[in-house]
Amino acid sequence: MLSFTLKRISQLFPVFIGATLLVYFLVFATPGDPIAALSGGKPMSDATKAALTAQYNLDKPFWVQYGLYLKNLVTLDLGTSFSGQEVKEMLARAFPVTARLAILALVIEAVFGIILGVIAGMRKGKLFDSTVLVASLLVIAVPTFVLGFLLQYVVGVKLEWAKPTVSGAATWGELILPALVLGLVSLAYVLRLTRTSVIENKTADYVRTATAKGLSRNRVVTVHILRNSLIPVVTYLGADLGALMGGAIVTEGIFNVPGVGHLLYQAIQKGETPTVVAVVGVLVIVFVLANLIVDMLYALLDPRIRYA
Amino acid sequence: MTQSATPKPLLEVKDLAITFSTPDGPVHAVRDANFTVMPGETVAIVGESGSGKSTSALAAIGLLAGNGKVSSGQILFDGEDIAQASEKRFVELRGNHIGMVPQDPMSNLNPVWKIGFQVKETLKANGLAGDNPNKRVAQVLADAGLPDPETRAGQYPHEFSGGMRQRALIAIGLACRPRLLIADEPTSALDVTVQQQILDHLDTMTSELGTAVLLITHDLGLAAERAEKVVVMYKGRVVEYGPALEILRNPQHPYTQRLINSAPSLSAQRGDKHEAIVDEIEPGKAEPLLKVSNLTKVFDIRKGFGKKEKFTAVDNVSFEIPRGTTTAVVGESGSGKSTIAQMVLNLLDKTEGEIIFDGEQIGNLSEKHLFKYRRRVQPIFQDPYGSLDPMYSIFRTIEEPLRIHGIGNAASREKKVKELLEQVSMPASTMHRFPNELSGGQRQRIAIARALALQPEMIVCDEAVSALDVLVQAQVLELLDELQREMGLTYLFITHDLAVVRQIADNVCVMEHGKIVEQGTTDEIFDTPKSAYTRNLLAAIPGASLI
Repeated sequence: MLSFTLKRISQLFPVFIGATLLVYFLVFATPGDPIAALSGGKPMSDATKAALTAQYNLDKPFWVQYGLYLKNLVTLDLGTSFSGQEVKEMLARAFPVTARLAILALVIEAVFGIILGVIAGMRKGKLFDSTVLVASLLVIAVPTFVLGFLLQYVVGVKLEWAKPTVSGAATWGELILPALVLGLVSLAYVLRLTRTSVIENKTADYVRTATAKGLSRNRVVTVHILRNSLIPVVTYLGADLGALMGGAIVTEGIFNVPGVGHLLYQAIQKGETPTVVAVVGVLVIVFVLANLIVDMLYALLDPRIRYA
Repeated sequence: MTQSATPKPLLEVKDLAITFSTPDGPVHAVRDANFTVMPGETVAIVGESGSGKSTSALAAIGLLAGNGKVSSGQILFDGEDIAQASEKRFVELRGNHIGMVPQDPMSNLNPVWKIGFQVKETLKANGLAGDNPNKRVAQVLADAGLPDPETRAGQYPHEFSGGMRQRALIAIGLACRPRLLIADEPTSALDVTVQQQILDHLDTMTSELGTAVLLITHDLGLAAERAEKVVVMYKGRVVEYGPALEILRNPQHPYTQRLINSAPSLSAQRGDKHEAIVDEIEPGKAEPLLKVSNLTKVFDIRKGFGKKEKFTAVDNVSFEIPRGTTTAVVGESGSGKSTIAQMVLNLLDKTEGEIIFDGEQIGNLSEKHLFKYRRRVQPIFQDPYGSLDPMYSIFRTIEEPLRIHGIGNAASREKKVKELLEQVSMPASTMHRFPNELSGGQRQRIAIARALALQPEMIVCDEAVSALDVLVQAQVLELLDELQREMGLTYLFITHDLAVVRQIADNVCVMEHGKIVEQGTTDEIFDTPKSAYTRNLLAAIPGASLI
């Protein structure tokens, strides 16, 4: 297991370098003068321009710029936005909000998706199964913004069970409704994935053997069907965690959540490249780490991977 | 275990009928089945797939598939009718009263749990784990003949060989000392020598524990060797039931007679009719069609972190196949026999040595020559389920090689496909059907028709009949034999089954660990085997000594 872990960690570096290089190159190659954008198009003396260019290292060759960017990223020196705010501070405010939102969404989709998926799989073809299948298809088919506004209106405005929008503090309680909206589509996928996997595994020979050993039905389901069925589901959940952490622009927009998606959206709109590059860089790290966790979980669930 | 003066039957199956509900209506898998298992006795149920043998046994442990149920009759276990018993009652019975050893050791252990865990949970579920469950687990594994059981218990199934897995499954089946053990083809997936060891061990264990065994098998020879009584099932009915040797020596029912005649382990050598054709070949043409000399194949095995290890799968192998004859390459799994077939078919590059087909070197052929070579040498593979494209109709499957090699026009190709189907005794109407509509034997006939389409000179049969039931196997072997006589075909026949070799081959190469340990004519190998390994293989054929 140790050698497997080390191998996986060593594989992170090329992925990290590759992803950041690509992001930085795209920004570097974008046409337009970032200094001109900085001044908002107002005329500026050559001396000021030269000073700013030097400040942002824009006079250096690409590789030097990229190296400095990496160094700053690793030391979390993310620079300032055009409005003079520290990107690090902006991210420090937005990131925990998004993390809370993503974790809530992940818990909702994992818990309900797996439970409903297992029940549906065990009762394949029965009423429960068909109902759940149709419902999940509906959730997948309806766009998030429709679902978001609908739940916001029904649960938040009409029933008043939850606040329709989120305050600046973005507490756990306030985030349940947005997390539900955010996690609902993935929940439908997790459910279907679990269901298919359970159906496949429940007729496996080793499940019959487990029953023949005299195990109770509950034990057969939880020990022999569930663990084997979770292998593809975990892969999906891990990839999804990365996506959720990247910020859900639509959901954060609807519920006015001050998260990473919100921050990134505003920065892109204002053309603040340093902010965008810094945030995306941090997201690359998050995504890569999320995938490392998936790989580890995968190996924990399936011993054949560890020794392969 | 208590036994009264007059022993009562442990398992009594009375007028048992089992029905599966399918979208096409009910299927009666078992009808009017009657048989009895006395305490400590071994009873074998013999039949081909679909005969209802497994279904009958599985009903006794409440493991029928979801759509199957006992529609009438009784299954008396120790006097209690369990035919309609609740799931709760079966959970009580399974493990410590009725145990099971399943068929395929590769798929019957959960790949994600350690062997020890899977044994321990069996003991726990039946309240037999005791104070020191790990010690008990090691004991159970040791009893089943696994060396170094403490270490083995900490390993996962994929770290075990097939034989070791089957031992672990036997350990699980007998862990709770059941009074009845259902052994469903417990060794059919294993090599013959391993098969014999495992069955011997199972015999010893069950006789020590006084366990009655219900042995399910398709091999009448094996049944006769291992069981006191035999139940022969055919199409869901018990057609014959009685003492094993009596049935084997004096079969009453026509089906049993056919079964005995077709069982490769019991039948005799190749017919005399065959030898005639070998003589007919004029001496000038007697030069070998295929000549393999010093053939070697080395694989690189990845060990992680870029480390590699060399593995020699085929080691300095030489043999010749005279035109119009059959040479069998026999060996257990991992002996390198299939690797040879793949190199001869030029599907795999050789590391060293020469393969000469009709005077021409194979291996560095140009694309054009290779295309020609493919036309002259055709394969038939083991798995008729996997080797036919499920999306291709039978017509398209057989016609494809003709089209690729640009033979004839649409009309003549259709005529040719019809002829080919006739040659393999399939109706011409088959050509509009798809593989999933055919049985295993029928599919293998299609695979043969496809191989014959290009009128090859040599056919490489890689375990071509291993996946088939004995009766179907016999039919397909007969077909191959007939085609050889009519068309003068040459066969390279790869198999693990020495009994089949006797039916089809003129010459035999016995392989072990990539090397040929013995080669000679079939009679020489069978009558005067020289190497110890060949003698082991021969001795391991079940039932060989009984007739």
